[in-house]
Amino acid sequence: MFEVKASMAGSVWKITAEEGSKINDGEDVVILESMKMEIPIPAETSGTIKELKVSEGDFVNEGDVIAIIEA
Amino acid sequence: MFKKILIANRGEIAARIIRTCQRMQIQTVAVYSEADQQAPFVKMADESYLIGKPRVNESYLNIDKILEAALKSGAEAVHPGYGLLSENAPFAQRVKEAGLTFIGPEGDVIAKMGDKIAARAEMKQAGVPVVPGTEEAVTSVEAAKAAAQTFGYPVMLKAAAGGGGIGMQAVHSDEELEKAFEGNSKRAKAFFGDGKMFIEKLIEEPRHIEIQVLADHHGHAVHLFERECSIQRRHQKVVEEAPSPFLSEKTRQEMGDSAIKAVESLQYTNAGTIEFLVDRNENYYFLEMNTRLQVEHPVTEEISGVDIVEQQLKIAAGDKLELHQDDLQINGHAIEVRIYAEDPNTFYPSPGTLSNLVLPEGPGIRHELAVESGSEVTPFYDPMIAKLVVHGSDRNQASERLAKALHAYEIDGIKCNLTMLKRIITHDKFREGDTTTSFIQNYYLPTLTNH
Repeated sequence: MFEVKASMAGSVWKITAEEGSKINDGEDVVILESMKMEIPIPAETSGTIKELKVSEGDFVNEGDVIAIIEA
Repeated sequence: MFKKILIANRGEIAARIIRTCQRMQIQTVAVYSEADQQAPFVKMADESYLIGKPRVNESYLNIDKILEAALKSGAEAVHPGYGLLSENAPFAQRVKEAGLTFIGPEGDVIAKMGDKIAARAEMKQAGVPVVPGTEEAVTSVEAAKAAAQTFGYPVMLKAAAGGGGIGMQAVHSDEELEKAFEGNSKRAKAFFGDGKMFIEKLIEEPRHIEIQVLADHHGHAVHLFERECSIQRRHQKVVEEAPSPFLSEKTRQEMGDSAIKAVESLQYTNAGTIEFLVDRNENYYFLEMNTRLQVEHPVTEEISGVDIVEQQLKIAAGDKLELHQDDLQINGHAIEVRIYAEDPNTFYPSPGTLSNLVLPEGPGIRHELAVESGSEVTPFYDPMIAKLVVHGSDRNQASERLAKALHAYEIDGIKCNLTMLKRIITHDKFREGDTTTSFIQNYYLPTLTNH
């Protein structure tokens, strides 16, 4: 089980992965937006997305868990 | 002179414009979003109107709402500040159609300078040096490669409608160009609704030096010398100074003359800035013209003694410029640093509550502020929360005053770039005036790995 965490505070602009689907190391899970900057948050391991903890439009703080990946 | 104006902007620049209006006894009207209800600029204005939700599309870019507030308040003119609607030609036009004065140039001039290809053609015709590059947009990767061959790598790929570094990339080979072309064109299309690209010869290790101009409606124009703005991160300026520590007096005069030529050719009015790239041999090339007040205008005010906002208001009101080129002089040296709410290592934004703000005081120190102690720094807008401007009798004194001021500057509750600014301005290369656009890359980022 790996946690995907927000690297900055901001709102969830787009979710680019689906719960239950496979994801490869380096592929984007979500794109965060803050202060006119979009930051993609990639998976740091390959596996299955077990849970997405956020919805589009949600506000997340730095370090918040965005998704859980089961390797 | 106007009795009342509306400021179609937010943050530190709205506050700065209000200050000059107060001195000139002009009433001010602020417009603000739900996210800015507690912002200092709203309290400073004589009147204020809530115009919508936090996102800029629903507030600060909503032309209908802004004009509605302007008409309701009885404002005679609209100051657009910088960013947001400041270089939006339809906005300038709409303000005029509403029977109000737009404090800036004519809409068609804004439109022309906003189209990089048209701007280049205009400058070339006016006799202002431009970077060798394509005169027409390149529409395919093949055409892009052919163009790159004629100028020789490295080249710069640029979106015709771009800004803020979006859709812009340096490429060093055919392979890199192939990869970069599609992606940047798509991004430009998504951001600006226009995917047109063009290609320029890359000027290596350039300095970014710009000339401030003022022009009235009676055919009279002056320049207020240059600003050196080379130190940038993510293609955005971080440290600006005037005069440039690099330019010779001869080049300074030539660049000033070129800027005036540009103004005359365009029949430009109000305040504007011509940005140039300058190579190590002091060859300079037109980069773009900003048809508005610039973030870094205070360094010019500090060395010239001219209040640029006051001049903007007078020009817009139809007054003749009282300044003459021969009377203008550079007095001492000024440096501005931009204080960003961001992580100083990754440059990622850091919104949150600014729990405590301590500002340094002393001779030559000037503050421009979007925030105060207790302010909420929201994720909706640009991360710049303040500017610190320092003036001294020469560059050494200005640098020393700035270093001291930065050490006394305190921001708690959010991450900010104060540590980065301290490292930059105390770096030997900065002291030596070795300020090129790769400064952060060459001298700042490497210091991070040691910590």
